[in-house]
Amino acid sequence: MATPEAPAASAQAGPNHGMRIFLIWLPLAVIADLLIWFFLYPHLPPGRMSSSAQHQQFDIAVLAVCAAPVLLFVWVYAAYALITWRHREGDEEDGPPIFGNTKIQATWIGATAVIVLGLFVFGTVELIVPAGAGAGEGPAPIWKPNSASPLQVQVIGQQWAFTYRYPQFGGMESSELLLPDNRWVEFHVTSLDVIHSFWAYQLGVKADANPGVDNVAYTKPQELGTFRVQCNELCGLWHGAMYNWGHVVTPGAFQTWASAMRLRQANDGILAELPPYATTYDPTVIPQLGASIVKIDGITGGAGYYYPPQDPVTP
Amino acid sequence: MSLPVRIATLLVAFAAVVVGAAFIVIHYFLESPPTVSFNASGGVTNVVLQEDPQNNSSSKPDWVSYFVQNPATKQWVHTTLFSVPRGTTVHVTILGYDGCTPPRNNFWSLVQGTTDGHVNLSIVNNKGVATPMRRVSVINGWAGCTVGHTFAIPALHLFVPVASPGPLDSANNLCGVSPCTSGPHAVETFSFRVPNYGAIFRWQCFVPCGGGFLDGNGGPMQTIGYMTGNMEVRA
Repeated sequence: MATPEAPAASAQAGPNHGMRIFLIWLPLAVIADLLIWFFLYPHLPPGRMSSSAQHQQFDIAVLAVCAAPVLLFVWVYAAYALITWRHREGDEEDGPPIFGNTKIQATWIGATAVIVLGLFVFGTVELIVPAGAGAGEGPAPIWKPNSASPLQVQVIGQQWAFTYRYPQFGGMESSELLLPDNRWVEFHVTSLDVIHSFWAYQLGVKADANPGVDNVAYTKPQELGTFRVQCNELCGLWHGAMYNWGHVVTPGAFQTWASAMRLRQANDGILAELPPYATTYDPTVIPQLGASIVKIDGITGGAGYYYPPQDPVTP
Repeated sequence: MSLPVRIATLLVAFAAVVVGAAFIVIHYFLESPPTVSFNASGGVTNVVLQEDPQNNSSSKPDWVSYFVQNPATKQWVHTTLFSVPRGTTVHVTILGYDGCTPPRNNFWSLVQGTTDGHVNLSIVNNKGVATPMRRVSVINGWAGCTVGHTFAIPALHLFVPVASPGPLDSANNLCGVSPCTSGPHAVETFSFRVPNYGAIFRWQCFVPCGGGFLDGNGGPMQTIGYMTGNMEVRA
């Protein structure tokens, strides 16, 4: 039977396992980080179609570079332990007693504290620098882009489609989202019924669409192309089908499109029939209609009220 | 209680649970309205729909609902599922028997996505007198009692307001038995192109017409077979 001193003595005489693990782990960690930074980074979501998307891609790359060595250390340690300290045939001896190791504990606490606090500072800075990082900041954004004339686009969610109003083009509304390249965009996201969420994936923009709330988000498109817009808040039967495609086009093409849409809607007469542009809408108010139609038909639901329970078949 | 009786009771109870579960699965998960299949002639597919203030179902007879006309029998089928051939022009006729309800967003009063950006519209009154067919690009649902529902296929950017009978007819003389064959109604026609590949496109009404439900968006608005459904483009 082994005495308590025997394992300690044999451990002292044995190899330096810590150094072995470190020497195995270090080149693997360096190789993994180089692969992530130079090969994986350009392909990480959501791409580089806008300023906010580019920052998100950078953030994910930095997080991956930080996480890969930690993950590899766990794997290397586990593999080393399985191989080196595995049970051998005929070995009935207990393992050596462990009484703690101040140096290892201090290193562990110090390293994890540096990583976590470093990522906290990094994340906070990254949230501020690209003007809100593409997320909804509410009606009074703290972080605004340094731009005198951002393009304002109102995103209106309703079951089950998004429409878009352009107040700088007479308040014309479109079921398609077109944006000009290389210009800051100021999204004003709201809803006419339930809670939706406006998620322009490749632009790195995601903002909740709440009824009665003006949720502002910023981004700056920097690549021409197509991006996917989808609802990211479960909103009913067709939530999964509530998506469409937006396009980033040249400033000239955008100007042509927006002017043509405004002219067509003015000629059709619908532009004058839309409510004046506002950051939110009260769907219970239909100014042109007045109260007459309610008196005639008892219609309330279409105007956004709750249907009275005693009138289930109206309209 | 003897052992055979206890075993028999257990078997009966087990069978009842199995049958109940099967009924729930079949009734609620597998049961679906029928699909009406349309064929093209000369590259044009004619689809005829009607929307009513009620329907002929036994479970939800007071829900507003669309009907699809079977092209072979001319019978009205209580469904919102239909299929058309790929790469054709779909010519739609909608008979709007339901009364008016303003859309929540008046943008839906604008005709969008039809082949010429317009619809052809005639209103038939309670006496069966029809107005001349006129070509319009806007049916302003906020200006008066004009719009009953919409027919929209968002993925194809097709958004069409469907007119309603006039205010007095909407208030007093709407058809009361579905599928409607008489009574004041709107007759609306338009065309759109379907893609040259097979796909399923959801379509829906954008007027919150779910009477008795929060914001009008529940019930028939969220139930296939009433105010929303699928158009299958056959490959």
